[in-house]
Amino acid sequence: MATTGATAAPKRRWRVSEQTRWGYIFLLPWIIGFVVFTAGPMLASFYLSFTKYNVIRAPQFIGLRNYELMLDDRRIPLSLLNTAFYALLHVPGVIIFSLLLAMLLLRVGRSSGAFRTAFYLPNVTPAVAVGTLFLLLLAGNGLINQVLGVFGIDGPNWLTDPTWVKPGIVLMSWWTLGATVVIYFAALRNVPVELYEAAQIDGANAWAQFKSITLPYISGAIFFTVIVNTIASLQIFAEVYTMFFGGKSGAGQEAALFYTIYLFQKAFADLDFGYASAMGWLLFVIILVITLIQVRLSNRFVFYAGDSR
Amino acid sequence: MLTKRTTAALSVALVLAVGACSGDNSGASPAASAGGASAPAESAGESAAASGGAPSAGGAAISGKLLVDSKYGCKPIPCTPGEGGADEIGTTRVDIFAEQYPDVELEFTEKDFDPATFLTSVAAGDPPDVVRISRDIFGTYVAEGALEPLGDCISKFGIDMSQYREPAVAAVTVGDQVYGIPEFYDSRILMINDSVVEDSGLTTADVDTADWTKLTDVAKKMSKTEGGKLTRIGFDPKLPEFLPLWAKANGASIISDDGKTSQLEDPKVIEALQYAVSLVTEQAPGPEFNDFKANGPGGKDFFGPENQFAADTLGAMPMEQWYLNVLANNSPDEKISFAPFKDKQGNPISLSGGSALAIPASAKNKDAACEYIRVLTLPDTWYAAAKVRADKRAADGEAFTGVYSGNKLADEKIFGELVNEQTAGAYYPGVQLTLETADTAFSLPPNAAAEEFTRIWQAAVVKVLTEGADAAQTLTQADQEAQDAIDAAQQ
Repeated sequence: MATTGATAAPKRRWRVSEQTRWGYIFLLPWIIGFVVFTAGPMLASFYLSFTKYNVIRAPQFIGLRNYELMLDDRRIPLSLLNTAFYALLHVPGVIIFSLLLAMLLLRVGRSSGAFRTAFYLPNVTPAVAVGTLFLLLLAGNGLINQVLGVFGIDGPNWLTDPTWVKPGIVLMSWWTLGATVVIYFAALRNVPVELYEAAQIDGANAWAQFKSITLPYISGAIFFTVIVNTIASLQIFAEVYTMFFGGKSGAGQEAALFYTIYLFQKAFADLDFGYASAMGWLLFVIILVITLIQVRLSNRFVFYAGDSR
Repeated sequence: MLTKRTTAALSVALVLAVGACSGDNSGASPAASAGGASAPAESAGESAAASGGAPSAGGAAISGKLLVDSKYGCKPIPCTPGEGGADEIGTTRVDIFAEQYPDVELEFTEKDFDPATFLTSVAAGDPPDVVRISRDIFGTYVAEGALEPLGDCISKFGIDMSQYREPAVAAVTVGDQVYGIPEFYDSRILMINDSVVEDSGLTTADVDTADWTKLTDVAKKMSKTEGGKLTRIGFDPKLPEFLPLWAKANGASIISDDGKTSQLEDPKVIEALQYAVSLVTEQAPGPEFNDFKANGPGGKDFFGPENQFAADTLGAMPMEQWYLNVLANNSPDEKISFAPFKDKQGNPISLSGGSALAIPASAKNKDAACEYIRVLTLPDTWYAAAKVRADKRAADGEAFTGVYSGNKLADEKIFGELVNEQTAGAYYPGVQLTLETADTAFSLPPNAAAEEFTRIWQAAVVKVLTEGADAAQTLTQADQEAQDAIDAAQQ
């Protein structure tokens, strides 16, 4: 087919419907907040990570020096290992206990609202108050050891024995699993009842029903909570700082030196904001990698109802 | 290529991770000792206001806004008693300055020193004119250029530095420059529980830190265990905080006099740590000892009537003198003896601490700030504040064991006129001993990595104490880390 010379390509006009325009206008407060309070500081911290900066004097560019120093800093791997230890105990614990509680809540009928409120209350309790509360509970003669004593167990020194400091912190962290419980509860309620009925007719026992129906249907929620709890556990700060670093009592307790606490010390005690920024970026990369791995793995395990892919 | 789900998950990760990177300025706030802001005293020739500013001791007209990084809490100034966020030692001194300089518009941050707040205010170009910082961390702020050298202030306003206690001045002097004026002053003495000593078949004279072998025996004799659990501490060496004191007792210092060289690997420091830790472990394993100290009977009510002395769960310990006041008001009838902490040669030694008032380098009203600092640390100002407290305590039927300032002349006046056997009760010997040993105290020299240095050596002590780590190896490693930190901070 012959063509008659070059025909000018039709100009594509970027047209935005009025609805879309209004959508962006309504989004604007968040976008401004994100740019000013999140993206901006993030970019700034990236630059600062290549500087020596104490806030008082102008940043002095030192290239990769902060990152090199991190390689030689014993407290970087120490605090990362502490944090990883915590995350590896905290996340599975939260997932398992939350799921158990959510399944129990399904069975209590109308009063589940009261229980949900009770489970969620610790989440709205200030972290400093939680830390202080657990200082009392985890004391050698505190409630937890008293309960263990009832079973003939001589409880450890949760607050002063380096071996037991992190397990104690994990115990404390399980106190605030209410948010995960609520998510699981909502997900469980969305599992179609007819599937269970069909399974029962087919003779499936409770475990088979849980494995083949419940778990796949709530796998999306589990995936979400795994990611969110993992990120939160890698950032734990306030409770632990209150318990072990807020006063003189916990001074020097390296078993509780989590990564964000060390980052805070470098920034606000040692006034080394450049180094702290570099630490922040290392944490960001670690979280990114862990999340990517989780996302990759999720392709095998997560089932989205209605997803035709 | 990223799927939608991947992108969504990464977005969540990004936002949450940035949350971590952006930090949180809650928490850390190394407040110094008791009291709030400071206040000035009258001195001859300093009269009231004139329009355009009152003449100060230095002859400069003092007026304008003066932002003080401290608590006060009463408005208007002078303060109406009972309304304040600071105690009477703070408000009285501020009121004296305010009366003397009515043209100075005083404003307070109403909080203790917080590094994050201070730094951001400096960065924002709106720093306080006066800051009150613990002398322990002073060196860091000097090294970072945050504080003004006070040479001009001292000469212009005629501040007599000889009136301040030397260890306190040393802690705020870097090179030949003074960067702060000492405010409060802590020192340490031994507090000995007579009933525990008696119960152990000992005398108070047996509790002697000069004889380390004997002290170990005494600690073991005074401690008690039941069912394999510690029920009474015989002697608490106060680790990790008091390592510098034990090192000094052994003839060493954990840092050089110029604050530039870590000496944690000094064999005498190592020996001191080994000994102090052994004092603990001869009584109970480190973690158990620390838990009992913090949470056991008495320990849990350290500031109350069920303290360790009242509960007889402690034989003896070195302690800051402010605890005399706690005991005097909570356990007035408790029989407690006092002794100096001695080095191995038998000489009394003590470790001093406390706060200092300083002027940020970028302060806007430096003349007023200097005069404020001068007036607040004058003997008459201190005396006036101490008098208010003494009267208040007397009216409330409470004991008064004194106010310990960094000003020798002030202390002479306060303790000469306001504190006696009647006001301090059974704790008066402790007061007298504190005053006697105050001048034997030493302070750690300011160093550029003050907080990090402290964290490093305290972590080393805790490691040896609670994990049974080798003291020599641990302190050697800590020494290297500390030196690196000091070197980096000085660059």
